[in-house]
Amino acid sequence: MITRLLVANRGEIARRVFHTCRELGIECVAVYSDADAEQDHAREADLAVRLPGTAAADTYLSADALIAAARSSGADAIHPGYGFLSEDADFAAKVSAAGLVWIGPAAQAIEAMAAKVPAKQLMAEAGVPVLGELDPERLTSADLPVLLKASAGGGGRGMRVVRALDELDSALESARLEAAAAFGDATVFCEPYLEAGRHIEVQVLADTHGTVWAVGERECSIQRRHQKVIEEAPAPLVQRQPMLREQLCAAARDAAKAIEYVGAGTVEFLADEQGRFFFLEMNTRLQVEHPVTECTTGLDLVRWQLRIAEGWSLPATPPESTGHAIEARLYAEDPAREWQPSSGPLYLFDVDGREREFQVLADPAIRLDSGVRTGSEVSVHYDPMLAKVISYAPTRTEAARALSAALGRARVHGLRTNRDLLVRTLRHPAFLAGDTDTAFFDRHGLAALAAPLADTTIERLSALAAALADAAENRRGATVLRAIPSGWRNIVSQDQLKCYASDRAEHAVRYRFTRDGPHAPDYPDVLVGSAGPDLVELLVDGVRHGFAVARYPDRVCVDSAMGAVDLVPVPRFTDPAKVRAPGSLLAPMPGNVVRIAVSVGDQVAAGQPLLWLEAMKMEHTIAAPASGVVGELLVASGQQVAQDATLIVIAEPEADQPQVEEGRST
Amino acid sequence: MTALETGVDQSAPEFAGNRAAMLDKLAELDAEHAKAVAGGGEKYTARHRKRGKLLARERIELLVDADAPFLEFSPLAAWGTDYQVGGSVVTGIGVIEGVECVLVASDPTVRGGSSNPWTLKKNLRAMEIAMGNRLPLVNLVESGGADLPAQKEIFIPGGKMFRELTRLSAAGIPTIALVFGNSTAGGAYVPGMSDHVVMIKERSKVFLGGPPLVKMATGEESDDESLGGAEMHARVSGLADYYALDEQDAIRIGRRIVARLNWRKHGPAPSAPAPEPLYDAEDLLGIVPTDLKVPFDPREVLARVVDGSDFDEFKPGYGSSLVTGWARVHGYPVGVLANAQGVLFSTESQKATQFIQLANQTDTPLIFLHNTTGYMVGREYEQAGMIKHGAMMINAVSNSTVPHISLLIGASYGAGHYGMCGRAYDPRFLFAWPSAKSAVMGPQQLAGVLSIVARQAAEGAGREYRDEDDAAMRAAVEQQIEAESLPMFLSGRLFDDGVIDPRDTRTVLGICLSAIHNGPVAGSNDFGVFRM
Repeated sequence: MITRLLVANRGEIARRVFHTCRELGIECVAVYSDADAEQDHAREADLAVRLPGTAAADTYLSADALIAAARSSGADAIHPGYGFLSEDADFAAKVSAAGLVWIGPAAQAIEAMAAKVPAKQLMAEAGVPVLGELDPERLTSADLPVLLKASAGGGGRGMRVVRALDELDSALESARLEAAAAFGDATVFCEPYLEAGRHIEVQVLADTHGTVWAVGERECSIQRRHQKVIEEAPAPLVQRQPMLREQLCAAARDAAKAIEYVGAGTVEFLADEQGRFFFLEMNTRLQVEHPVTECTTGLDLVRWQLRIAEGWSLPATPPESTGHAIEARLYAEDPAREWQPSSGPLYLFDVDGREREFQVLADPAIRLDSGVRTGSEVSVHYDPMLAKVISYAPTRTEAARALSAALGRARVHGLRTNRDLLVRTLRHPAFLAGDTDTAFFDRHGLAALAAPLADTTIERLSALAAALADAAENRRGATVLRAIPSGWRNIVSQDQLKCYASDRAEHAVRYRFTRDGPHAPDYPDVLVGSAGPDLVELLVDGVRHGFAVARYPDRVCVDSAMGAVDLVPVPRFTDPAKVRAPGSLLAPMPGNVVRIAVSVGDQVAAGQPLLWLEAMKMEHTIAAPASGVVGELLVASGQQVAQDATLIVIAEPEADQPQVEEGRST
Repeated sequence: MTALETGVDQSAPEFAGNRAAMLDKLAELDAEHAKAVAGGGEKYTARHRKRGKLLARERIELLVDADAPFLEFSPLAAWGTDYQVGGSVVTGIGVIEGVECVLVASDPTVRGGSSNPWTLKKNLRAMEIAMGNRLPLVNLVESGGADLPAQKEIFIPGGKMFRELTRLSAAGIPTIALVFGNSTAGGAYVPGMSDHVVMIKERSKVFLGGPPLVKMATGEESDDESLGGAEMHARVSGLADYYALDEQDAIRIGRRIVARLNWRKHGPAPSAPAPEPLYDAEDLLGIVPTDLKVPFDPREVLARVVDGSDFDEFKPGYGSSLVTGWARVHGYPVGVLANAQGVLFSTESQKATQFIQLANQTDTPLIFLHNTTGYMVGREYEQAGMIKHGAMMINAVSNSTVPHISLLIGASYGAGHYGMCGRAYDPRFLFAWPSAKSAVMGPQQLAGVLSIVARQAAEGAGREYRDEDDAAMRAAVEQQIEAESLPMFLSGRLFDDGVIDPRDTRTVLGICLSAIHNGPVAGSNDFGVFRM
């Protein structure tokens, strides 16, 4: 019996496992890197063990440190979560050798599936359909397109699509380099590429007594750079194709049985519209997207992982699936900027489903699986996934609508996220028609799908709301005359003015509080219903819109039913000392030029020391006030100079180079 | 709490008539205010802007805290004179970094911001407000100095400006000068006498004598920059404490200076919360009758001004032509004296005297609502000691040391104006409604008195006194006195701090009371000898 379990992972999945442990009465042990010391997963556990360092290799990827942590905390079992060491056969073996219960399949089963080339052979022998392997050396144009994949890989790394023969060599080389860097194994194999394939996977559960369940499929075709973004169960394609489910489940069971699999695992297939499917790989661990299967089957997969590890038997047949579940992965990344991850403080994280965190939903609802909350600091060190939002409903259409609504009204402040992309995808006619495949973003245009939900009109209204809310906040915070009407003037000469910058534009909002309420001359069709520090109501063409406004040190976040808008207040004043201008550098006092570090024509950066002046037994550094070019050098080493003598002239690098603004003051 | 009740009937024709008349007066007032805002007019405004400069009010708007109120003083200064309405300077109370300050900004679009007699009066009044209420003073200087044709009116009295600057400083009231442009000759002493001085690169020009004068005086060849440029003053003379790169930078620095004043108000803080009145301030437009001969109940005004319409009347059954009582405005406790039936009798005077003493005993500021035709005349009243009792009241008002605020809402005639703390009695602030009138007596009465006196003189000299001449004289006098008792005329001569919209009364009083509480609020026991 397991009494104290260590989760060798972090964030969302660690919390997910703790949730079930608490229900079962198992004590939880967390591990945390130095960057994660304040994260929820570390705070929530009964015990938490520090893994010194920040790099994954020193912490969550260090088998020895993890096993030592289990020992020191008195844990009797280790759950690897997903990612990190979850599919590391050596780690599994070490855990077992240390006398700890390993929540997962035996090391041999992991090993069997770890390398993709042998795994495919093994599956082919077991009668599971596989895509024929191609020899890169003998490809013809008829074989195109092809996919290069790292044998040891996962997560899209070391993967390349080749559509022309002349691209092959460079693709092979870069795939090998990436695979070597990511997995320490440069082996790359080549297989036909299904251009518009669908990613369908089957969840299996196998006990130690020979029972193997295939509990249902998931579709995870909506991907970005081979990483899943939206996953669902059941799969729309499988729903349309008679007998496909039975075939997939049978193939998945065969795959599991072939390697004497134990525990929860996932067999991934690539399928096409005709109902053909091919084995891709088997993930010998819990999947990120396991919640959709939990919701449609009613199974707590983590609970069954623990039961199987404790030697329980599965009943003869798995439960029936009902309803439809969709999961969206909310990432701190910017789809419009090459998926650039965003890090920093998460000022607000208000997403539906917190009250049903990690729960196996029995009724239509939203479930939230997250590793962060309001106030979390999202670091650059790990995966930028903030949360998984799961919707469960009787039908796919209802699940999609509920999920897009939940995401649409989520208030996530401080970081850029893929939220608007998720919402637009979930509302897209092609998605709603079940017309999903791995090329979805390319086909429908990432730019359009990732466009902000708030259009320029809503952004403008949001800027007005921000100005009025900030005005109310200014009044609330006033230390004198607080109850006097906002911006009151007995002689009116002009409006109040506030400026905000967004990604798209700068908004200068003029307004005035009159006897009849706030009035914004540039918004003739807008009536102000109410204007509080946190909520502004605007009547636009007779329709009342509520705008929730939140202020943070570097931004104002405005949320409405029409989309979220991030605004940066433009300060009333800029300290010119922060706007460094090139120019002449004068001697601050009489002195002797000791050294000169630059010569005419040199490029210099702001703050770079240029020369040293000795005066009154002290050495004074003359540094560049701004980036530029040394235009004139008017002194020589050893020269005595008078106060205010011009020493060096720094010219602007280019005529139109804007001045560098290094900071703002308010 | 003792909530006032109201008898105002918004549907009554009198109310509608009063309201319409008040709105007409407000429209006239707005038109005159617009003249002040327009400053030197389009041409000079455009020229000023073209030089990359902000207008006086734009400088003020940028200097004060965003969304904080600004109460401008005497916008009608010089109204009815040959000079531009506004007196080529903008003054008022604004909040900078949470500190209530008096701001004085020259308007360089009006004859280069040069000073005429009204500029000087308005400037001195602003400084008096700073001194009386312990408010830091910020000068936004850009003035060509004295308007030379008017020098005889301002040269000698104008010296007071510099004296007052240093007296403020000596009283612990910081003075700040932001020099936006010219501040030369005598004007150089504005930065010279200020505690904190900000000058602007290539804009500020501060010297006693410019190049031509220097050439004439000593023969020395010189230029503006070396005589009085910002860089010179910041690096060489040390007159400038801060060197700003441009106007917005000077204003930014000005705000930082105020932020570092370590300012603490000496008066007690207001109670919180301060409930709004129970009745709509909009009604104030319809309360004052168009004919000031018709009395109106000042409690209807108080019911729309004081916190929660909560008013505890003192001696309600005695001297009922004067309402006295206690209330709060924006959380500040106040005693109120308000004329009810115009005339002040002996009982009213005695009641007022006692009430003023009570306010001094408890350090409570006083608000005077004027609607008085003066102290009662007539044999019976003279014999009953009307002068003694009126003198008591004037004695009490004169020697009271709690802050006073006067508000002329109706008539303010005769010695009643004095007893109710008229301008000469140095209330901290004095504002008028558009309905107000103030003179030694009503125009008709004055004309009538002149007529009687003239007739007696003619009879005494045996001259004929023709009735048509008398009527013409009376009409002319009536017209003149009427014109000279109107608030715009009086405001133009700086006999008040401004004419306000009655609906803003609570706001204006709130700002004034808050400003007043920057200084201590303390009553006195020292009064002159009361004739009992």
